[in-house]
Formats: sequence, structure tokens, C-alpha cells
Amino acid sequence: MIAEAASQALSLIVSFDANVMAVVALSLQVSGLATLIGAMIALPLAAWVAQTRSRVREPIVVLLNASMGLPPVIVGLVVYLLLSRTGPMGSLGWLFTPSGMTFAQVILITPIVAALARQVLEDADQEYGDLFRSLALSRWQSLCALLYETRFSLLVLLLAGFGRAIAEVGAVMMVGGNIAGHTRVMTTAIALETSKGELALALALGLILIAIVLAINVFAHFAKLYLRRRYA
Amino acid sequence: MLEATQATATIANLESVSLVQNGVAILRDLSLSVRTGEHIALLGANGAGKTSLLRTIHGLTIATSGRVEAPVASEQAMLFQKPSLLRRSTLDNVAFALEARGHSRRGALSAARDALDRCGLYAFADRYARTLSGGEQQKLALARAMILQPKLLLADEPTASLAPRAVFEVEQLIDELCSASTTLVIATHNRGQAKRLATRIVFMSEGCIVEDTSSAEFFSNPVSQEAIEYLNVERV
Repeated sequence: MIAEAASQALSLIVSFDANVMAVVALSLQVSGLATLIGAMIALPLAAWVAQTRSRVREPIVVLLNASMGLPPVIVGLVVYLLLSRTGPMGSLGWLFTPSGMTFAQVILITPIVAALARQVLEDADQEYGDLFRSLALSRWQSLCALLYETRFSLLVLLLAGFGRAIAEVGAVMMVGGNIAGHTRVMTTAIALETSKGELALALALGLILIAIVLAINVFAHFAKLYLRRRYA
Repeated sequence: MLEATQATATIANLESVSLVQNGVAILRDLSLSVRTGEHIALLGANGAGKTSLLRTIHGLTIATSGRVEAPVASEQAMLFQKPSLLRRSTLDNVAFALEARGHSRRGALSAARDALDRCGLYAFADRYARTLSGGEQQKLALARAMILQPKLLLADEPTASLAPRAVFEVEQLIDELCSASTTLVIATHNRGQAKRLATRIVFMSEGCIVEDTSSAEFFSNPVSQEAIEYLNVERV
């Protein structure tokens, strides 16, 4: 049975089956956008936390670290409540839409990227802080320079964030509703097709998902090795 | 007349400065006046407070008490013992300092090329800075500091971990670049370097200035017991 399912899965992939490709495309779109938005929030936040001596620094660090372990279903539930018709963000009409799924993934990956980036940036601040102050850089210039100097490590972090987002199932299932052709992404489709006994499609999507996650990690690994060698 | 006025003008002045960190007194009621154009060497054993004094003048460390008068940060530059180099090309490392001050990219690059040329690093302009040797890295840091045309250059053991040849080259550059209008305060353990670069020696011990005299006087006739012991140990 597994061999038969695997064979059908391969034929779905090789023939670029329209349903499979639509699901893959939506997954990439939702998770890619969530990573981009998450990065725009997380990186400046991490840079600020890494440099600030404000009293709120420690509580924020604890909060970020704790948020790394947010259970996706809880995030899904909270986002569902926020986006539901009677919720505070109900007027946006994002429930059961890709926008809502993106919103949920942003909430999931932002703390992860921010917490890990903070550590990277804090280490860099220890290395460059004196230099930046010596060159009389403004706070904003230091912040931008720190982000630039750590760009390779941060890129790897973002890829990890993307990997986390695209492999997530709980929150997008709750917020997106897994509607065929509308909010069905790879993970939710795999869960559904498996429960229906449609193993070929589930396996095809599973293989593609694994290939994407693997490709991201291989790329991240070799990119870091190459850049570390190049920039010493 | 003008020269005489400049020679006696004070560029940095510290009055009764103390620095306490984690309950430890690093600098103790220290007073120092640095006149424009002077070349001063800070000597003293490890932990004497040389680095802390430089950092306090530069504004990287805030004194616990006392008064510090020094040029604003943009008129000073500091060379660190371990050059802090950006993950960029040699040229971009130098240009960065000017770009941060609002210079155009083109102008900064042009000035950076000139600075690298003066420091003998022009051939390495496109190489990544962190792949340079220790001596070249320190020369690069010097080029980056000097491109800002600081009135006051503070150097914290800039040749501490360099080979003799590199020490010689860095010293030559410092001497050449500071010969114009830049005041130099350098912390060093290298007696020869202090003699070569400085005309005034400030000898420190346990956070205090123990001797403050001319280079010739200090090396030929040290007064304090601490300085005599320090020079004897150095000779060994």
C-alpha cells in the first residue's frame, strides 16, 4: 500500500498536478509573507532590546524567550477569537482567509526570530559597541549597522523561521479552516487527506514539504559556511 | 606666537576623576591635563588603569566622580588593542566612518582610498578586512581613525600582539599621522615605543598617576618607587 501510494505521489509531483501545485503555492505565499512581516517586526525589536539599557529590557527578554514555545493551537485559538465576527479584529474579515493564516504565523514566528536574533545582536553589540560609540554613531545608525554586520546569521534565522512557519499545522487549520482552493496549505491538506485515506496526495504533499524544509536547511547551512569563509 | 598659544592650549582636562566598577576603584582621584599637540604615553603595570583612563577621556566609560573635559566624540578617535573590524571590505571599513558622519558614498570611498594609500593598504582595498594580518588590521583601524581627522587620538596598546615588523610599521604611521595637529595619548607596555612616540610620560599605578614628566626625565631618572620597580622589571 505504501509503495502504491508513493508511486501515485511521485506521479502527482512529476505531472505538476494542479491541485498539488495550488496547495504548495499557497503554503509558500502564506509562510513567505509571514516570515517577511515577522522579520520586519522581530529584527528591529531584537536590535533595540540588544542595545537598550531600559528597565523593560529584562521583562521583554523573558517574554520573548517564553513566547518561543507558544503552542500553535493556542495561537490559533487566540487569533480565531480575535478575528471572529464578534472579536476585536472581526471587522477585518480575515477569518478563514490566507490573511488570517499569515497573521497567525506572524504571531508564531516573530518571537522565535526576535529571541534568537537578540542573542546574535547582543553578541555583535559586545564586539562593535565600543567602535560604534567611538565613531559617534547615533542610536539609529548603530542599530542599522548591527543588523548589517549580522546579516548572515540573521538570514539563517529567517530561514529557520520560514521552516517553522511552513511546517505549522494547528494554527493555520483553526484560522484558515482548510477550505479547498482557498485556505488549504500543505500541512492541513496532508492531515485531511490522511484522514480520508487519500494517502497518495498526502504523501505527495508530504514529500514536497520535506523537500522544501530540507532545501531551506541545506541552503542555510551552506550559505553560512560560504559566507563565513568569504567574510572571515 | 600662534604656535606657542596652541602648544599650551588644553585639549583634555581631568579633575579629581574617580571610577568605581563593581565595588573596585579603577581610577582614584586622578587629575590630568593634556595640551594640544602633545604626545603622551601612559605607562604602568596591568590593572594600573591605563585603558580605563583612555576610555574615560573618550567617553566610553563614565567617571563615577570628578570632571572630564574632552573634545566631543566626533573630534576624537580611539585605537583599540584588538581592532574591531566590520564584516566588509578593507575599503568599506574606512569609508564607513565617513558615511556615518553624513559624507556621500562617493566622497567617502574616494577619501578612504587616499587613507588606505597613506597607510600602505591600497592593494588590499577590495579584500575582506578580517582576512588581513594582525598588523594590517591595526593599520586599517588607524586609517579609519585618521580619516576622521581627530584632534585627539587615543591608542590602547595598539601594537600589543603584533610582530616586531608590524609594530615598527604601525608606530611609523602613528608618528606620521600625529605629527600634524593631532594630539596623541597612547597606553603601552613597550618602553621603546613610549620613547619613540611620546615626549611626555604619565606613569600610573593602582588607578593613580604616580609620575607625570618628560620622556627623557622619566627614563633617565624615575622618582617613584613604583616607576623604578616597573622599569627594572621591564629591563629583566
